[in-house]
Amino acid sequence: MKSTFIIYRFDPAVDSEGHYQEYSLETAPTDKILDCLNRIRWEQDPTLAYRFSCAHGICGSDAMMINGRIELACQKLIRDFKTANNFVIEPLPLFNVVKDLVVDMNPFFEKHRHVRPYLISDLDEPERERLQEAENQRFFEPALRCILCASCTAACPISRANPDYLGPAALLRSFRYIFDSRDTATGSRLAQIDTDDGVWGCKTMWWCTDVCPKGIPVTKCLGQIKRLVREKQKTES
Amino acid sequence: MNHQYDVVIVGAGLAGLRAAIELGEDTRTAIISKVFATRSHSGAAQGGIGAALGNEEEDHWKWHMFDTVKGSDYLADQDAVEILTKDAPRTIYELEHMGVPFNRTEEGRIAQRAFGGHTSNFGKAAIKRACFAADRTGRVILDTLWEKCLQRGIDFFNEYQIMNLTVRDGRCCGVTAYELASGTLHHFHSKAVLLATGGAGKIFRTSSNAFASTGDGMAIAFRAGAALEDMEFVQFHPTGIYKLGILISEAVRGEGGILRNSEGERFMERYAPTIKDLAPRDMVSRCILREIRDGKGIDGKDYVFLDLTHLGEEVISSKLAEISGFARTYAGVDVTKEPIPVQPTCHYMMGGIATDTDGRVMVDNQDHTISGLYAAGECACVSVHGANRLGCNSLLDVLVYGRRAGRSIRRYIHTIGLPPLSGDDPTAETAAQIAALMESTGRERSGAIRSEMQKIMMDDVSVFRRGETLVKVMEKLRLLKERCGQISIQDKGRCFNRDLLDALEVGYMLDLAEAITLGALNRDESRGAHFREDCPDRDDEHWLVHSLFCYAGPKAAPQFLTKSVKITDFEPKERKY
Repeated sequence: MKSTFIIYRFDPAVDSEGHYQEYSLETAPTDKILDCLNRIRWEQDPTLAYRFSCAHGICGSDAMMINGRIELACQKLIRDFKTANNFVIEPLPLFNVVKDLVVDMNPFFEKHRHVRPYLISDLDEPERERLQEAENQRFFEPALRCILCASCTAACPISRANPDYLGPAALLRSFRYIFDSRDTATGSRLAQIDTDDGVWGCKTMWWCTDVCPKGIPVTKCLGQIKRLVREKQKTES
Repeated sequence: MNHQYDVVIVGAGLAGLRAAIELGEDTRTAIISKVFATRSHSGAAQGGIGAALGNEEEDHWKWHMFDTVKGSDYLADQDAVEILTKDAPRTIYELEHMGVPFNRTEEGRIAQRAFGGHTSNFGKAAIKRACFAADRTGRVILDTLWEKCLQRGIDFFNEYQIMNLTVRDGRCCGVTAYELASGTLHHFHSKAVLLATGGAGKIFRTSSNAFASTGDGMAIAFRAGAALEDMEFVQFHPTGIYKLGILISEAVRGEGGILRNSEGERFMERYAPTIKDLAPRDMVSRCILREIRDGKGIDGKDYVFLDLTHLGEEVISSKLAEISGFARTYAGVDVTKEPIPVQPTCHYMMGGIATDTDGRVMVDNQDHTISGLYAAGECACVSVHGANRLGCNSLLDVLVYGRRAGRSIRRYIHTIGLPPLSGDDPTAETAAQIAALMESTGRERSGAIRSEMQKIMMDDVSVFRRGETLVKVMEKLRLLKERCGQISIQDKGRCFNRDLLDALEVGYMLDLAEAITLGALNRDESRGAHFREDCPDRDDEHWLVHSLFCYAGPKAAPQFLTKSVKITDFEPKERKY
């Protein structure tokens, strides 16, 4: 089958603004979109830039817009699209374009770093493992599926409107540590994100949950943080 | 641009990150990586990490050691395996203390499950030894260690491609790297360099490896004088998704999954009556291909079925969630209802840069080193995996030996100052190399050469090998290397120039492919993952030795040496399961 790929192009060395370029390719229903990009690059246009590595949805490199929706290029096959012979491929929204489909992720990782994404414990470490209930683990398990692809944050309408909003991915990481029974910094973690640019920036619009390629119920997880903040306020007043 | 650090680590996978943490906050450390740190291929490790914790049943490090040695077909160095298995429980507790979310038992301890080749009491029965976080064990450890490094404020140089090592008077004192976003060269001047660049699985057509796994560190060290060790031992994981090579974890069989041929027969019972589907990977891969050769592939094609329909939704959703997603997305299979079509896929390099148990890089079989140069993880060969690695020993290797490399580098840098660099520009050689490539008017494209190499290696140097064919492969690779000199770069830009990287990578892979093939040709016996159909038996009299490969110039095949195997506790025996 012949498929057409209309791909966003921008080269900072020569372009003042982006434009679209059309490529035509023989495809099979089981080809990944990433396979198609690779073949365009190998066989037609070696200048096409995009990120990729593991090619099976675990490294989180290749989130991009495919036909107007945020997807991982390696996790979508030609057969997954009804318009199987026409594709529009664009970079992730929200971020600045470095070249073609490559965006500047630094602001995204800065926010990640801001939520102190590591276990904080003021308890002495036992000689062996700390005990942890399997039930507790199951509660924050959805957050462990996160591959930092930035799909959720790029999709979030609040993130687009407010550049200071932490965004769903960073808050999801916060959720992971807040609800980990081994972490003892719950209080200061909650205080840090109990702001309009923190967890209250979330207006429960579900776009993050809708686009997450790992099926994480992001909005619900953020809702659990909000619930805990309110509970804490109640007990304190 | 020039940078100065105490230590430069190349590669941001688990070995590199673990070493960085060990170097401590008082060491100025830079980590450079060709992909953003969390995109490293360690994150693709699924099933688990082995340690004799004994949380589920009685276990001892010595049993783990025996299994590893037997799994290696007695080629592993037993002193190194002892270090690995003895240090395993401490490694797991340390990860837990850092925050790794291992699955738990009902008592709240770290849960463990069965894995291929791991047994109780020196081979009596399969044992639960693999600690795991669902089937995303590598990913959560990678996240945890990366975040620990963020906490430490370690400097990351993401999307920097290593180009050359700076070696002066036999001493390594830095690296030159190419910044992908700007096309500029950076020199990192340091007291020591650790290579933790991972594997080279992209040499073969069907592979579970990431696009980034092109053996850059191995090839660059090799060209700079480091010896490569045991390159002919390449692991083919038995269960890659048919046609795609995407890994379906051995944990599936650890949880009770079964391999079946076209007759529905559980064929592993015939080959390994004691541990059946949990036999080591080299054996299971060969068994699958034998079934296919005997006409028992599904529908006469070259795959068999991996059946987990009987495991139940609870086990699948809590312990095998990722792989059920892979099967659904890529094979259109609902694993609770249908079996997964699988075939062997290139997975892991047992060989790599020859190192001692402190990560020091060796140049020959006389214990000579390049001072200041270290290697750890899949790019290194200690050797703990010998001729065949057991499942869940790889995560253990990268963490134990990543830490040991970090510790020995820490000792080393306190004894010396920053080596002086003479007046010349240390990036000059690399700049000339890039300029020559960019200006080349040759007619070759890297993509075509890479495809040919991958096909040749898959057809003739994968699970089954023959001497006469390997001779031909050596000649084909030599011709491909010649063509490699005629590659021209179509992309003349400086920003994200993948065309340039592709050309470099195919050169690295060809050097390694040549070492793999030469080792396979010289070693006229069968051991572990190296199986010669024309010499099907193990030959301890001649080949209970490591292979070493030394660089002999861009046009010549590597020089081949051997090195004795360290045997301490377990004398070689026939390997049966």
